[in-house]
Amino acid sequence: MKVFVEGAGLVGPGLNGWQASLPVLAGTAPYIDAAVVIPPGELLPSAERRRTGLPVKIALAVGCEAIANAQRNAAELPAVFASSAGDGENMHAIFEMLANNGREVSPTRFHNSVHNAPSGYWSIATKSMAPSTSLACYDESFVAGLVEAATQVASGGNAVVLIAYDTPYPAPLHERRPISAAFGVALVLTPDQTGNSLAMLDLGISRQHKPCSPMTDSRLEALRMSSPAARSLPLLAALAGRTAGNICFDYVAGNRIDVAVQPC
Amino acid sequence: MQPLQLSAYTLVSPLGAGLPATLEALRAGRSGLTKCDFLDVDLDTCVGRVAGLEDHPVRADLATYDCRNNRLAQLGLEQDGFADAVDAARQRYGRERIGVFLGTSTSGILDTELAYRQRDPKTGALPASFNYAGSHSCYSVADFVQHALDLTGPAMVISTACSSSAKVFGNAARMIRAGMCDAAVVGGVDSLCLTTLYGFNSLGLVSTRPCRPYDAGRDGISIGEAAGFVLLEKARVPSDPDAILLLGVGESSDAYHMSSPHPEGAGARLAIQAALNDAGLTPADIDYVNLHGTGTRANDAAEDQAVFNTFGGDTPCSSTKGATGHLLGAAGVSEAVISALCIKHGLMPGGLNTEHIDPALKVRYLLQNRQQPVNRVLSNSLGFGGSNCSLILGRTTKGAGR
Repeated sequence: MKVFVEGAGLVGPGLNGWQASLPVLAGTAPYIDAAVVIPPGELLPSAERRRTGLPVKIALAVGCEAIANAQRNAAELPAVFASSAGDGENMHAIFEMLANNGREVSPTRFHNSVHNAPSGYWSIATKSMAPSTSLACYDESFVAGLVEAATQVASGGNAVVLIAYDTPYPAPLHERRPISAAFGVALVLTPDQTGNSLAMLDLGISRQHKPCSPMTDSRLEALRMSSPAARSLPLLAALAGRTAGNICFDYVAGNRIDVAVQPC
Repeated sequence: MQPLQLSAYTLVSPLGAGLPATLEALRAGRSGLTKCDFLDVDLDTCVGRVAGLEDHPVRADLATYDCRNNRLAQLGLEQDGFADAVDAARQRYGRERIGVFLGTSTSGILDTELAYRQRDPKTGALPASFNYAGSHSCYSVADFVQHALDLTGPAMVISTACSSSAKVFGNAARMIRAGMCDAAVVGGVDSLCLTTLYGFNSLGLVSTRPCRPYDAGRDGISIGEAAGFVLLEKARVPSDPDAILLLGVGESSDAYHMSSPHPEGAGARLAIQAALNDAGLTPADIDYVNLHGTGTRANDAAEDQAVFNTFGGDTPCSSTKGATGHLLGAAGVSEAVISALCIKHGLMPGGLNTEHIDPALKVRYLLQNRQQPVNRVLSNSLGFGGSNCSLILGRTTKGAGR
């Protein structure tokens, strides 16, 4: 499957947006771990934004950045949301309430508990009535989202935005599912090359036993391993460095997803 | 779309385990909803519960996946020769060429809900027996089913609330079209848990009575649990006249509200039209509409407008949720399987529990079963976050591609 990347968005520890992160991703500036900074979104009214959790804020921020870089209209793009889990802080609060007598689950907490909450807020905020999906594939959620978005581009012949995000669980769930960094990435994928295209990707599935592509910088490699959404980093590095090459992702059941990257 | 064939399908729901029990209940007009006796839930409501899950753990070699949701998945795989049909497909295509795309809304989070009652009083830690990846994880059910069926192709879980297991039909169609796999096991599994019971209750959306879709006095949903699976592959050419085919999938978003549908059903109407376009069909080609019909005031009013504005007031419609309850992440596939039974057996099931059809609603809502040929069914699934999906199933491709 061949698709073109037209724009990207990024939020992670020490990675404050796609443009600002280009030198670090391209290896021309050192990576410095720092607190995650999410740019204040203008899409949702502030009252609504206060009711949303970290995954929604991250998903909207990276989605907006990618769409802006691609100079697209969000309302026209089908969207694929990929995350290994939902809003961990929100689920923890619900589980605590359910474990206590009374079991008062607030309506807002409940509707924020669905896996597709970021998708719902995105649709409301961008006024997009285009199809939107929300998938999960444990540690392989990013690449599963990339495959799903590519099949949508191939089937529909139109641009699609992929938004992948994962956030840490608080204790005690964190001990059983240790995601340690909040991370979000968005890519606008298109069927044809345009003036904004960054690279062409050629995706394929294989069962060859070979290791997935790591990051060469040890701190970025640690970040890659800290969150399912950060498994995207080798692809982001290739896009930022405008280097041709093959990125190999671990995928389900012993499969690999190979992505040949050809800069435009 | 290029039609896909439902080579095998199965359903375990409050109506019973397997297709014969499901068909018998639909023909008899029997509801599977009963007063809630699930765990220590103290809500005055009815549920559609699948019996026996407490006593049937998942098979020993997959014990790390043992939780109510995966037990229900296993029970589903054991019905109607479904696993045998997948075995045959594995021989034809190879295990790596069959995908697994399943919907769920809450996966195995019941395990986490119960583990939070057993936290260590000093450290707050969860009990050692708690296994996140095999239960709570959103992907758990697809991981389990892939292992249980000895498949190694692409896999994922779609979790878009109540449209989840309708949307997987679209995922499978795209994956097969893109050459990522040759066939796919699609479906959905959702099981009773406290989050949905107390959560929907907090929104004032849970009825104290068995739900009454399209009734003037309807006052909410009844929550049920189910596992449904379909084996999809490219339709044989020439097509078997008796084969049930997936003819079209339509998806849309409401862009309106997180937990209320667009009041005029604008998003639902887009999904219905997209499914018709995908199938190359017109509204007049649809014999029966299986409504989402949850029994909430807002859903039924909004969906009624979407369906009436597309089909007018002559196309027979009904909701089967009075029989099954709202199966949430398993609703889409359950109603697709029921739609396949309707086509195969020439049945339009009358909606149960509804006494006085709301005069404000305009579609032709069936209260009695009708026995007559059914060639094409449109089934709606509309979820939280404004996620809409319509499926069209039919007996032949006649009329498609116009």
